[in-house]
Amino acid sequence: MEKYTITISDSNFESEVLKSTKPVLIDFWAEWCGPCRMVGPIVDQLAEEYDGKVVVGKVNVDENPSIASQYGIRSIPSLLVFSNGKVEEQIVGAVPKARLQDSLNKYIS
Amino acid sequence: MRRKVIIIGSGPAGLTAGLYTARANLEPIIFEGMQPGGQLTITTEVENFPGFPDGIQGPDLMDLFRKQAQRFKADTRFTHVDKVDFSSRPFKVWTGDELFESDAIIIATGASAKLLGLDSESKLMGYGVSACATCDGFFYKGKEIAVVGGGDSALEESLYLTKFASKVTLIHRRDELRGSKIMQQRVLDHPKIHVQWNSTIEEMVGETQTGGLTGVRLKNTQSGEISVFRCDGVFIAIGHQPNSDLFKGQIELDSKGYIKTNPNSTYTSVDGVFACGDIQDSIYRQAITAAGSGCQAAIDAERWLESQN
Repeated sequence: MEKYTITISDSNFESEVLKSTKPVLIDFWAEWCGPCRMVGPIVDQLAEEYDGKVVVGKVNVDENPSIASQYGIRSIPSLLVFSNGKVEEQIVGAVPKARLQDSLNKYIS
Repeated sequence: MRRKVIIIGSGPAGLTAGLYTARANLEPIIFEGMQPGGQLTITTEVENFPGFPDGIQGPDLMDLFRKQAQRFKADTRFTHVDKVDFSSRPFKVWTGDELFESDAIIIATGASAKLLGLDSESKLMGYGVSACATCDGFFYKGKEIAVVGGGDSALEESLYLTKFASKVTLIHRRDELRGSKIMQQRVLDHPKIHVQWNSTIEEMVGETQTGGLTGVRLKNTQSGEISVFRCDGVFIAIGHQPNSDLFKGQIELDSKGYIKTNPNSTYTSVDGVFACGDIQDSIYRQAITAAGSGCQAAIDAERWLESQN
C-alpha cells in the first residue's frame, strides 16, 4: 500500500475517521474482489494528490467485518466519504478517478 | 505518445493479443479498463480452460495471462479509456486528459453483466442488489438470497452463493433452465437451492436509509399473480451485453451492439482497427475462444502494420 494511504482497522477507525477534522475517503475492499483491484491504485493516487486535505484509508472487510456491517456495506468496492464523522456519500462499485475527485472536491475548502 | 499497437481491454482476448504483439516486438500498451482481467475476475473456479486439469480460480488465471504478456514487455496499465477517435491516422485514444496515438488498435473490451433496468434496482445497487456474487457473497452469511436468471452464470452464482447463504432461490422466467446440463443437475440437486419457476421481478423492495433490500415483488408469468418474496439480497445474472458504447459512431456495430468483424478475421469496418473476444462474439463467449481470437487479432494487426510500410 502507498505511504499516503492509511490502513484502517477496528482499533484506529474512531481516531482516524470519526474524529478526523478533515474529510475522509474510505475504501472498503478485500483480496478476493476483482473490481477492488482497479479501485485500489486509484485510491492510492488520490491519497497522494489530496495529501494534507483529505484523509484516505482502506478497510479490509475480511479483517474488519464489524466496521463494514456497521455501515451496512453489502457490496465492494464501496467508497465512503466522511465529513465530521458522518457519511456524506457512498459510492458503490468501480468508478473512474474523476468521479471520486468530483466527490472529494465538494468537501474540501 | 505514439505506439504501434494499443490494446483496449484486459480479459483473455486483450491479454492474449498483448502477449502475441509483445512477442512480436510491437511494444503494445494494454489499457486494462474498469475490470482488469475481465469477466473471469468475478468468477470462481474455471473448469474448462484447457491446460488446468484440476481447474483454476478465474482471478488466478487472469494473473497468469497478465504475467505472460508482461514477460515480453507488454505495458499493462490500470487505466480506463474514455474516448477514441478512429476518423484519421494515427488513431487517438484518451485516458482522462492524456492522449495516446497508435498505428493500430485492438479492441477487446468484452461484455458486462446486464441488469434488469428497474429504477428500484439501480437505487438499491450495493444495498442488497448485486451483479457480482464473488464480490458480495461474503456479506450474506446465513442470509436468504435470490439469484435472477437461468443460464450458466446464474447457475454458477447460485452454487457459489450456497457457501454463504442459508437459502438460495433461483428466480427464472421460464419453466426450464437454459444452462448446461451438468450445471443444471448440480443446482437442482443442491439442498440449499430452490427454483422459483415462471417468475419475473417487477420491483426490488426496500429503502437505502432503512437497511436496504427486504424482498422482491414477483410476477408469475403464467397466472399474472403478484407476490412479495422476502430476501436479504438479490444477485442479477441475466446475461451480458457488449461494452461498445465507447465506439459508437466510430466503427460498425450490429443491432445488439457487437462490433462487426469480417468473416474469419478480426478486421473491423475501420482499416487498422481489430476486434477480438466477447465484444465481437455473441455466440461462443468462452475464455478459450476469446483468447483464440486475441491471438488472431495480434497476427492480423502485425501483418497489417507490415503491409503499411
